[in-house]
Order: sequence, then structure tokens, then C-alpha cells
Amino acid sequence: MDTQDAGRGNPVILVATRKGAWIYHGDRERQNWRVDGPHFLGHIINHLRLDPRDGRTLLAAASTGHLGPTIFRSTDLGQTWQEAAKPPAFGPPINGLEGRAVDHTFWLTPGHADQPGVWYAGTSPQGLFRSEDGGVNWAPFSCINDDAQYRQWFGTVQDGTPDGPKLHSITVDPRDAQHLYFAMSGGGVHESLDGGQTFAPLIEGMEVVGGFDVNEVTFHDPHCLRLCPSNPDRLYQQNHCGIYRLDRPARRWQRIGRNMPADVGDIGFPLVLHPRDDNRLWVFPMDGSDVWPRTSPGGQPAVYGSCDGGETWQRHGIGLPASQAWWTVKRQAMTSDHEDCLGLYFGTTSGELWQSRDEGLHWECLARHLPEIYAVETAYPK
Amino acid sequence: MRVLIPSALQSYTGQPWVAAEGRTVDQVLLDLDRQFPGIRFRMVDEQRRIRRHIRLFLAGEMLFDPDHPLPADGELHIVQALSGG
Repeated sequence: MDTQDAGRGNPVILVATRKGAWIYHGDRERQNWRVDGPHFLGHIINHLRLDPRDGRTLLAAASTGHLGPTIFRSTDLGQTWQEAAKPPAFGPPINGLEGRAVDHTFWLTPGHADQPGVWYAGTSPQGLFRSEDGGVNWAPFSCINDDAQYRQWFGTVQDGTPDGPKLHSITVDPRDAQHLYFAMSGGGVHESLDGGQTFAPLIEGMEVVGGFDVNEVTFHDPHCLRLCPSNPDRLYQQNHCGIYRLDRPARRWQRIGRNMPADVGDIGFPLVLHPRDDNRLWVFPMDGSDVWPRTSPGGQPAVYGSCDGGETWQRHGIGLPASQAWWTVKRQAMTSDHEDCLGLYFGTTSGELWQSRDEGLHWECLARHLPEIYAVETAYPK
Repeated sequence: MRVLIPSALQSYTGQPWVAAEGRTVDQVLLDLDRQFPGIRFRMVDEQRRIRRHIRLFLAGEMLFDPDHPLPADGELHIVQALSGG
């Protein structure tokens, strides 16, 4: 969810899956949802986002098992789609580095409110791209994609997630279009103060898997980075090794996940922030023990929320299965809406879509039997 | 030359057989892209490598080189490769 919502009509939920995309149209009370889909049945949709600045431009990051990646655009909420003229693609080999090819676009971020038409995209293998025309044409950030130091920090395919290493969590400071962050599934958190001409790592205080050198950027595995819309100096991060908070201008992350119940731990993928309260956040813990099952601890799924910036945490599981539910929720698959009593939403890899209309206290299932859910976003179309 | 388009790419062409011109594989694919914008990048990556699950055949011979010469009156079969059961 984005704080720039153009319309603030009724909400929609944008669901991206391993086998297509679905759009759920809600009523004012968020009680009834009309399903629209599938769009692109059989296509791998990694992210589906509506531009909060115009409330019209919808982008889908798409690929298939056999074809190269692309971006589809719609300006009528999916009634018709057009393909990007120039989807994200790396440049020719330079600096003596091997030429790379985008396998899929993984992440989409609309740009700053003062830069209509600007979007950012993160890819697998790791690459950063920008569009200035609403997603029609995409240009690479050579300073990242073709930089020898960044290539080293990217690591190898072996260092990546099962379907490839990813550049994700591209974040624009709402006060300053030149101030950007991104994270990589392997390769740390990075910040730019000059609109992306240069980036620098921001990893101090973050932990790494035992046995690896904490000073090596490549060993840092952030899962999800979020900036507080109500306080852009505050960042939260769900990492492979814990939950963190960073209050700028400080550069040292604090592991607030240490305050989570010990039997649950602070491993997970998604992280959701309250749009109007920088002390409120929610996570979806997973089992990160021994072989990393990446499922709900004990088969008892729950959202955990904090009202004090991560000093204390509360379990929110009412309505969710009490046992034998071995869920995985991916890093883009949990979000909020923008209502006064905040709605929270998540989708599971087993194809279930869940909703809370009371900030996580009670949960209800909106849909079952969808394909593996990759991303869940909400939006307010014009 | 005549070009056979796999089902996964017929959303671009609207039909299985199309005509395209060019003296090499890459030139034919570029001509296809001129006629059906976006189709080439789904088959060839930005480093001019034919994608992993795309196969090109000329008279039964599998082609891997984008610079492979093509006859003007031949048939190029573009096939979506099988990738397991």
C-alpha cells in the first residue's frame, strides 16, 4: 500500500501468482470482494502494482516458463493490456564483466510523487532499472548493474534464492526523490542520495549466518525493507537473520526481533508498516531452524505485531488455523490497505488469500485454491 | 521465408505461420520483431543468446547461432522446447 493513493475510492487487492494474476474489488466495508481473473493464466507474475499517483497505471512483471521476461501495462484496471516497448534488459558487456540477461523482473516500485511516470524495477539476477514513461521503456542503472564491486556483492547464482537472486524493496524517500534504498536477497541494503548515480551499503548492525564474515556485504540477506511513510527517517527490515529497525541519520541497525518470543524467533519474509504510525508493524514469522523449512513455526500460523517499534510483540492468530498449517508467505505477499481501521492482507504459497479488517486482531479467508501466491498489494483506483 | 510460431507466441502473431525476411537467424527474428513488437525478446536475451527453452529448426537441423545463414525460401520452425514431463 502506498500513501500517495490518488483516488481513495474502494480498495482493490492485486494478487500475483505463479500462474497468473487476480484482482479483487472490494466494497467500502471490505466485506464483499468481486474477483476478476485470471489475467495472464499460466504466466509467472512476480509483482502487480497500481500507480498511486494516477490511480490508473497498472504494471505486471511477467514471464513464463519458456519465454523471456516482460512488463505488461494496463490503464483500465486490467480490461486491456499492452506490453512494454522496452522491458528491463541489461546492457552489453562492459568493464570486462560478463554480459548478463534478466531472467525475470521481481519488484516494481512507483517513483516519487513529484516525478509522475517514473517507476523502478528490481530483477533477478540482481539489477536495478528505471522507467520515466509509466513503464513503457526501461533503462538500466549501469552504476549498479555493471559495477565490478556490485558484481562481487551480487554473489553467484548459488548464493541466490531457489529461483534466482533478487533485487527488491526499492524504496523512495517521500521527502526527497533523490534519496533511494534497495535491498538484495544476497548482497545487503544500499542507499543513494543522488537519485541513483551512486549507491553505498547500509549494513552495520545486521547479522549474518554463523561462520560468515559480517563485514562482507555479499553475506547479508535482507528479505524485506520498508520505510515508514509517517516518518521517513525510520526503516524496518525483515532479514534472513532477524528483524531490524534503523532510525536515521544513524547507520546501525538494531535487532528488534530479539524481543520476539524465543520459540517463534524473528525469521520471516514479509514486513508491513502502519501508514500513519511509525511504531506499528507486522511480520509473519517462519521456521528458520536447521534446514530452514520456511513454514509457520509449529504449523501454527500467526501474524505478530508491535505497537512500540518492536520493543514488544503480540501474537495475532484469531481466525487462522490452530494447527497443521504449514504456510509460507513470501516477501511481497503481505500488505495493508489505507483505511482508518487498517486492513491487513497476506497470501500463502498454498494459494490462500487472508484478510484482517481490524489491524490483525481477527482473520478471515478471502480465497482458496489459487496458484502459489507471489505478491499481494492493495490500491485505490481512480 | 515462412516461419512457424509456437503457441506461446501466437498472442503476438495471431496465427501459426507468418512471413519474415532476413539472411540470418537474427535478421529474421529482427524482422519478426518489426512486425510483431516484443516477440524477439521473448526468444532471445539481451546478449543475443537464444533462450533456454526456445529451439529453432531449419529443415530438421537445430540452429544455435544467431548468425546462421538462412535461405530466402526456406521454413524456419520456432519451437517451444519440452522441459520435462
